[in-house]
Amino acid sequence: MSANKPKLRTVALSKAYGPVTALADANLEVREGEFVTLLGPSGSGKTTLLMMVAGLTLPSSGEVWIDDKLSTYLPPHLRDIGMVFQNYALFPHLTVYENIAFPLRMRRAPEAEVSKRVSQILDLVRLSDTASRLPRQLSGGQQQRIALARCLVYSPSIVLMDEPLGALDKKLRDQMQLEIKSIQRRLGITVLYVTHDQEEAMTMSDRICLMNKARIEQIDAPEALYFRPRSIFAADFLGDSNIVAATLRAGTLAGPGGLAVRGLKADGPVKDGAVTAVVRPESIRVLDAGEHDDGEAAGRVESAVFVGGFARIFVRLPDGTLIQAKRQLRTASQLPQPETEVRLGWPASASILLPPEDAPT
Amino acid sequence: MIGARALAAHRPPLPARRYLGVLPLLAFLALLFIYPIADLLWLSVLDQQDEFTGEHYRAITANPVWFNVMLITFEISAWTTVFSVVAGYPIAYLLATSSENTRNRLMLWVLLPFWTSFLVRTFAWIVLLSQRGPLNRLIAALGLSDAPLELIYNFTGTMIGMVHALMPLAVLTMLSVMTNIDSRLSSAAATLGARGGEAFWRIYFPLSLPGVAAAALMVFITALGFFITPALLGGRRQTMISQVIIIQVQDLLNWSFAGALSVVLLGAALLIFILYDRLLGLSTLSGGERSGAAAPSGWIGQTGAVIGGRIVALLGRACDVVQIAWERVNPPRGDRPRRAIGRAVLWTVAMLLVAFLVLPALIVVPVSFTAGKFVTFPPEGFSLHWYREYLGSATWTEATLRSFGVAALTGALSMLLGVPAAFMLTRAQVPGKAGLLALILSPLIIPRIVVAVALYIVYARVGLVGTSAGLVLGHTVLAVPYVVITMMAVLKTYDDRLDQAAASLGAPPWRTLTHITFPLIRSGMIASFLFAFITSFDELTIALFVSGGLVSTLPRQMWNDMLLQVNPTLAAVSTTMLVIITGIILAAEYLRRRAGRG
Repeated sequence: MSANKPKLRTVALSKAYGPVTALADANLEVREGEFVTLLGPSGSGKTTLLMMVAGLTLPSSGEVWIDDKLSTYLPPHLRDIGMVFQNYALFPHLTVYENIAFPLRMRRAPEAEVSKRVSQILDLVRLSDTASRLPRQLSGGQQQRIALARCLVYSPSIVLMDEPLGALDKKLRDQMQLEIKSIQRRLGITVLYVTHDQEEAMTMSDRICLMNKARIEQIDAPEALYFRPRSIFAADFLGDSNIVAATLRAGTLAGPGGLAVRGLKADGPVKDGAVTAVVRPESIRVLDAGEHDDGEAAGRVESAVFVGGFARIFVRLPDGTLIQAKRQLRTASQLPQPETEVRLGWPASASILLPPEDAPT
Repeated sequence: MIGARALAAHRPPLPARRYLGVLPLLAFLALLFIYPIADLLWLSVLDQQDEFTGEHYRAITANPVWFNVMLITFEISAWTTVFSVVAGYPIAYLLATSSENTRNRLMLWVLLPFWTSFLVRTFAWIVLLSQRGPLNRLIAALGLSDAPLELIYNFTGTMIGMVHALMPLAVLTMLSVMTNIDSRLSSAAATLGARGGEAFWRIYFPLSLPGVAAAALMVFITALGFFITPALLGGRRQTMISQVIIIQVQDLLNWSFAGALSVVLLGAALLIFILYDRLLGLSTLSGGERSGAAAPSGWIGQTGAVIGGRIVALLGRACDVVQIAWERVNPPRGDRPRRAIGRAVLWTVAMLLVAFLVLPALIVVPVSFTAGKFVTFPPEGFSLHWYREYLGSATWTEATLRSFGVAALTGALSMLLGVPAAFMLTRAQVPGKAGLLALILSPLIIPRIVVAVALYIVYARVGLVGTSAGLVLGHTVLAVPYVVITMMAVLKTYDDRLDQAAASLGAPPWRTLTHITFPLIRSGMIASFLFAFITSFDELTIALFVSGGLVSTLPRQMWNDMLLQVNPTLAAVSTTMLVIITGIILAAEYLRRRAGRG
C-alpha cells in the first residue's frame, strides 16, 4: 500500500455544452488517502469535473481513471465511488437505517452484515439513536452526517463531495469541517471535495486544485498556493493581495508612486522588464522613522479600519495607487491616524513576481 | 373630513379589509354555486306537493335499474382510471425527467388534447372506430381479422374515448408531483451502486406514488360525471348516471328525481374524496407538500407500506436481473459511451402514447374537405362544400357567434372576480386561506352535471333559462378556478418589492397597480383570460340545460347534430373548433411562459 498510489487520474478531461466550454483539458491526480479540493468561483468548472468523475455527466473528450481502471464512460454504479451531494440527497421515504443500508443492499450484502455495518457507521458519526427516523426529522448537521455515513458504509475507493457544507450555518460548518477531516484521516479515505469557500479549502485539504474559467489554474498544497501563487488569479482569489504593475531590472523592482523593492532574486519564469508584483497585506508593516526594508513605499493614510484583533490600513501613494497593510493590534491607540504621512516596508522575500497582466499565460 | 383622515393614520386597517379582494368572488360563488347545490339537496327530499319525503331515494334503492347504472358508472370510471394512470405514467415520467427545454416542448402535446373539446375528440373516434372506418379497414388490410371488429357502441369504444379524454388530466396531475422529486435522488442512488431499474423502483416510484394517487382521484371523480363519451361511443349497457340525469330533466321533467340522482353522484364523489384525504391527505393533490415524505400512519398504512416496500424491492430486483444479464452480454466499457437503451425505450413508449393523445383528433381535418355526401376516410375528393354548408347555415353561425360572445364575457367576468381573489390569496397573510382556495377550486372537482342541474333549477325560477346571461354566469363558475390558479402562479413569481419600491417612491396603491404591477403581469393576465375563454367556448354540460333549446352554443349544436346523425358538416365545425382552440392554447401557453420568466 504505497502512499503514492494514484486513486484517481483525469487526462485532458473536457466538457463542452454546444459552444460553451464547461471544462477544458483538466489533468488531475489524487493519491491514496489524499484530500484534494477543487476550489474556484462559480462557473469555474469544479462541479463539472466532479460530476464527470462520478459518471453523472459524460465528458466530451479525455479520460477518467479510477484505481487504474479506465472509467471514462462507465456507469456510476460500476465505478466504486461514493458521493455526498450538496443538499445530501437522502431518500426522504426511507429511514436513516434504510438510507445507509441502501448501498449495501445494492451490493447484495447479507442482512446480518448490513445491520452490523450500519450500526458501526452510525456509531462513527455518533447518531446511533436516529436509525428509525426519517431524514426530515433530523437537523441539517445530522442529515449531513447521515449522508456521509451512507457514503462511507461501503468503503468506496474514492469519496466525492459537492459543497457538502453549503447549507449549514457558519459555526456548524466549522465544526463539520474538523469532523470530516478527522474521520478522513482516521479511516485513510481518499477524498475529492468541491467548494467555493477558500477558508474551507485551506482548513481541510492536503492539496488544492484552483480552478478558473473552466481551467485548472494551479494544483498545490494550501501554503504553497497562498505564498507562491503562479498567476494573478491565484494571488487575487486566495486571501488579500496588493497587486501592482511594475518594472524589474537587475533585481530591483520599480512600481507606481515610488514603490520600490531591492535585493530580489531572479528566479522562475519572470524576466527583466514589465512584471506584476504581489505583496500580501500581512507582510507589510508601517516603518518607524529612519527604519528601512527591502521593499518600501510612502504615502498618506486614507483610512484605518479596526477589524478585531488587527487593523486594515489603506495608504494612498502619490500617483493614486492604494496599498493595503494589515497590522496586529494590542491596544486601540496603535491605529494610525488618517491623513498622516507614513512609510511602508516589507522584505524582498514577501514580494511575489508574476508575468505582466496582459501577457499570455 | 381632514379629521377623519388624520384619525385613519392612527388606526390599523380593519382585518376584514384584507379579505376585500376575495369577497366579490365569494358572493358570486355563494349565489351561483353553493346556493343552487344546497337547493338541489333540498329539492331532492321534496315531493310534488313540496312536502318532505324520502321517496326519490327509496326509488333509487328499490329499483335495480338505478343500482345497475351506479355500478356501471363506477365500473367504467374505475377502468378509465386504471388505464389513464398506467398509460399516463410514462409520459409524465419522461416530462418530469427531461431538461426544461424538452419538457416545455413536449408539454404542449399534452396540453393541447387537455384543452381540446371532448366533442371534437369524440367525433373523431366515431369516424375512426366505425364499422367501415379506417381502423377496421387497416385491420382487414393487414389480414388480422376476417370480420370487422366491434369497436364502437360497446365497452371498448367507451373505454377508448374516456381514456383518451382523461389521460391528459392524469399526466398533468402526476407531473405536478413528479417535478418536485429531486433529480439528485436518482443520481445519488446511481453513485451508491443502484442500476437504473433498482433506482427507479426503490427510489423514484415510491416517491411518485402520491402523484399517482392524486391522478387516480382526479380521473375517477371526473369520469363519474361523464356523459358525452358513453352516450356517443357506448352502447345501451354503458349508460352512466349523468345520462340518466339528463333524461330525467329534459325528457321526463322529473326534477326532484334528477336532483336525488345528482345528490347520489355528488355523494359518491365526496365519499371518494374523503377516503382519499383519510388515506393520503389532500395536500398531496397540489404537489406542494414534499412528496412521499409523509410517514404512513395507522396499521393499514403501515402494513401497506411494508407490503409496498416488498413489491418495489421485488420489481427492482427483477429489473436488476435483466440488467445484469444485459451487462454480461454487453459489458459496459470505460472507453466509450453506452447507448442509453432504457431512455430510448421510454421515449418510444411515451411518444406512442402522445401520438394516441394527439393524432386521432386530426382525422376531422381531411374528413371535413370531402366532396362526398357522407363522413368517409379517406375522403372522396376535395371540396369546401361542407364549410359553405356550415357558414351558410343560420343555426350554425348563430351558435358560433353566441359561443364567441359568451366566452368573451365569461373571460371578462372571470377576470374581474378571479384576479382580485388571486391577489388576496397570494399576498394577504390571513387565516383561512387554504379553505378559501379549496372553495374556489371546488367547481373543478364537483361533477359538472351536478352544477348544471342545480343551476338549471334555480334559473328556471328566476327566468334565466334560455338567456346568454345565464350561460355567462354558469360558465364563470367553471372558468374562475382556472383564472385563480393561473394568476396565483404568475403572482408567485412576481417580486413584491417592486410594488413596495413604487409605494416608497410616492405612488398611491391604484397607480402602483396600473403603472407597475399590471404592465409586468400582462402576459399572465391575458393567458388567464384565454383559459377562461376556452373553458366557456368548449363547455357543453351547462349549455345543455341552461340554453333551454333556444339559445344554442357551438358545442350544444354539435351535440344535437351528433345525436341525430354523423355528417361532414360536423367535421367542418370540428376542424374550425380545433383550429381556434389550438390557436388560443398556443397563444395562452406562450404568454404564460413569458410571464413565468418574468
